[in-house]
Amino acid sequence: MIRRLIPLFALLLLAGLAPVLLPTFHVTLLNYIGLYSLVALGLVLLTGIGGMTSFGQAAFVGIGAYASAVLTTQYGLSPWLGLLAGLAITLVVATSLGLLTLRLAGHYLPIGTLAWGLALFYLFGNLPGLGGFGGLQNLPNISLFGWQVRDPADFSLLIGLLLAISLWLLDNLLHSRQGRAIRTLKDSAGMAEAMGIDTARSRLQVFIIAALLAALSGWLYAHLQRVVNPTPFSVVMGIEYLFMIVLGGVASLWGALLGAALLTLIKQVLQDVLPQLFGHADNVEMIFFGVLVILVLQYARGGLLPLLSGLFPRAQPRPLPEHPAHALPRRTMPANGQPLMVAEGLLKQFGGLVANKDMGLTVNGAEITALIGPNGAGKSTLFNLLSGVLAPNAGQIVFLGQRIDGLSPRAIARLGVSRTFQHVRLLPDMSVLENVALGAHARGEAGLLRSMLHLEREEEAALLAEARRQIERVGLGAALHTPAGSLPLGQQRIVEIARALCSDPLLLLLDEPAAGLRHAEKQALAHLLEQLRSEGLGVLLVEHDMEFVMGLADQIVVMEFGQRLAGGTPLQIQQNPAVLAAYLGGVE
Amino acid sequence: MDISILAFLAQDGLTTGAIYALVALALVLVFSVTRTILVCQGDFVTYSALTLATLQLGLMPGTLWLLLGCSLAACTLDSIAALRRGQSRRVPGLLARYLGLPTVLWVVLDTFELAGLPAVLQILLTLALVTPLGPLLYRLVYQRVAETSVLLLLIVSVAVHITLVGISLLMFGAEGVRTDALAEAVFMLGELPVGLQSLLVIASALLLIGLLYAFFGHSLYGKALRATALNRKGAQLVGIPTQLAGKAAFGLAALIGAISGVLIGPLTTLYYDSGFLISLKGFVAAIFGGLASYPIAAASAFFVGVLESFANFGASAYKEVIVFTLVIPVLLWLSLKHPHLEEQH
Repeated sequence: MIRRLIPLFALLLLAGLAPVLLPTFHVTLLNYIGLYSLVALGLVLLTGIGGMTSFGQAAFVGIGAYASAVLTTQYGLSPWLGLLAGLAITLVVATSLGLLTLRLAGHYLPIGTLAWGLALFYLFGNLPGLGGFGGLQNLPNISLFGWQVRDPADFSLLIGLLLAISLWLLDNLLHSRQGRAIRTLKDSAGMAEAMGIDTARSRLQVFIIAALLAALSGWLYAHLQRVVNPTPFSVVMGIEYLFMIVLGGVASLWGALLGAALLTLIKQVLQDVLPQLFGHADNVEMIFFGVLVILVLQYARGGLLPLLSGLFPRAQPRPLPEHPAHALPRRTMPANGQPLMVAEGLLKQFGGLVANKDMGLTVNGAEITALIGPNGAGKSTLFNLLSGVLAPNAGQIVFLGQRIDGLSPRAIARLGVSRTFQHVRLLPDMSVLENVALGAHARGEAGLLRSMLHLEREEEAALLAEARRQIERVGLGAALHTPAGSLPLGQQRIVEIARALCSDPLLLLLDEPAAGLRHAEKQALAHLLEQLRSEGLGVLLVEHDMEFVMGLADQIVVMEFGQRLAGGTPLQIQQNPAVLAAYLGGVE
Repeated sequence: MDISILAFLAQDGLTTGAIYALVALALVLVFSVTRTILVCQGDFVTYSALTLATLQLGLMPGTLWLLLGCSLAACTLDSIAALRRGQSRRVPGLLARYLGLPTVLWVVLDTFELAGLPAVLQILLTLALVTPLGPLLYRLVYQRVAETSVLLLLIVSVAVHITLVGISLLMFGAEGVRTDALAEAVFMLGELPVGLQSLLVIASALLLIGLLYAFFGHSLYGKALRATALNRKGAQLVGIPTQLAGKAAFGLAALIGAISGVLIGPLTTLYYDSGFLISLKGFVAAIFGGLASYPIAAASAFFVGVLESFANFGASAYKEVIVFTLVIPVLLWLSLKHPHLEEQH
């Protein structure tokens, strides 16, 4: 906790001392760095961490600036009301733009941001009452309890304070349940949904936070400059904000500050030097930035901060409390042997291909059911139907008396069905602990604001304690703080099981859990599954390893050509002539 | 609004639409081969128009120095790579390949009275100056990051565009220019005056669109280029040289851009930074076609041109707002049609 606060106090100290130590010109430069940092911070969260590239942030800066400019110059209102109005308008605009464009897949989103960034820019220049491309002049000063924020020194303090608060809030957010959800957005949204995380909501939240930070920066900018015109809110500036985080480091909050500082300082130096070389400086500096960004992306894709961060001591993982104040609530297990999930008459077609036809199976509580069949038999399709990734064309799936066919993976997960993936889907840079804690997401309820203010520490401690309990249970206690991506593949599969267990499921769907495991690891896994069975959990596993399945399963369902070929105990299956024919090639 | 204004607006819209169509085609072409959204396609258009204008003034175009610089840089990179592999015998060949054309152009530009050259030669010189920039850009910028995500490539593209605009200002200055008309004639179609230049633009655009469509749909080379986009590794395994495919796509795009510049130069005043808006409108059209379909992209480009022309007449202050706001519903529709794109790479 204290460790994380030290840099923030250093930042405040800098903001307070700079005006005393440095000439006004340099203080002004620092102020601009601070303003750009606010926007870049939002962009790190949105683009670097959330994976949504935006070229349009400058437009939100413009909304913040223009809202206050109009209210103060034309209606004589206080800048604080201007700030409120700016944030409110941004909230509305960002929410509607977010709802419209965040659904955009892949590269369509950044192009969408270019489009609305340009549209808003031309609106600033053309809407009546905004002063056209000449803009609005003579904005009043901000005053706070009699303190007139007028000189660069005053602004230094105000900007420093707001920047430190923003950093603190975002850092808190990233170290919380909501923050973990945000980190899945970049390329694991499908996994996140299967863990009960509402990724669409998370995306919108991140987008709005980034927009609000930009609007805040715009408000400060307007009252620092005391003039607004459309130019600083163009798409070119939006591109510069993106360049800042690319240079500094896309995925870290301090990278935003580094990037903002780099871009501002280099620009300043270039503006001093270039006119002597070329006679004019506009746009020539952009050649330099363009080339710099290309080189950074070619040779140091993570930005410059990761190169510097070797100089600083690595933050130690925070110790986990042994016994959290309250344990997480648990589901009540249904009586042993009761059917958990019953699927009947499932049909799934992809165009002309029938992947599942009249397929059915039953998974009982406190039993391990194995689904086997030759390659291409339709096991994965069935698995996807049961977990909600695909909706069946016909048939029904009932979980504890409730129809779940056609429900989203998130809804099914929240009912108590948890799964692992055939191709491991972990966040490789996040620790094992954090990865597993993702599974417990649906068991917490702390919202965005509480997470940002760290008012959810008790719940967070309970979530992490639960995650640790599950990690220790699967035998990976030593790897708690290891980045998940550095574990061998077999252990990554086990981490996936721990993550699934963390959601306190009634039914566990395992997609080839033993693939890539060594013999001893398989035995440990079998032991774990037996233990889960004895606790009343139902397990359905798709598996190729016959020895593993035969020794473990209570019931086996065999599929071939998308249909159910046979079902029964391992002994019955081993003697079933149809199964033998399917596997060994039958003797007619 | 009477019929003559209507006809004038339509003609104007179709002409700009034709240019957007060419830009859109180049964008689709480059995207479908390299997954790169070539933001700087519009810059090829302005480079070409401004280079031609400079030649017509009898001055040495800055494009030559850019071409020389890029060629030298690419040649150095490739030579170093060859030397590292111990293939020093390849270096003279590289020198000839990279520096041959720029040197010849330099000599030609230095020897002749440029303003007095016939228009056809001026145009050919322009095409020769601008087109090689495409493959050179691929070599210098994209080759190293060719395997990365579409998003990273997009950021690289934006950086390239920003760089090219800066260079454009250095080379051509901030003045807007128009090139001399290729065809001055205006003839009457009934009551309506029709500019031959406009017809020329539209006809050339349609011809190019047809050629590209045939090339990609039906020739083996075109199919190889498309395979590269779908699956780089797979294409490599079946023996398609993916780097060459990238260079070829960029070369074609630059050529299309250069031709567009020559065509549009006499009709609109172009500035050093006009390329961005041209690119973006081509984009809008390319996106209508899902960045994949040539005919839809071309048709939408004409639509965008006409829309812009009418918006310019009806609400000129809001014409950009109207055009760009239109993108969002289209993008939305595309995303709904192809969900879960992010999980694919």
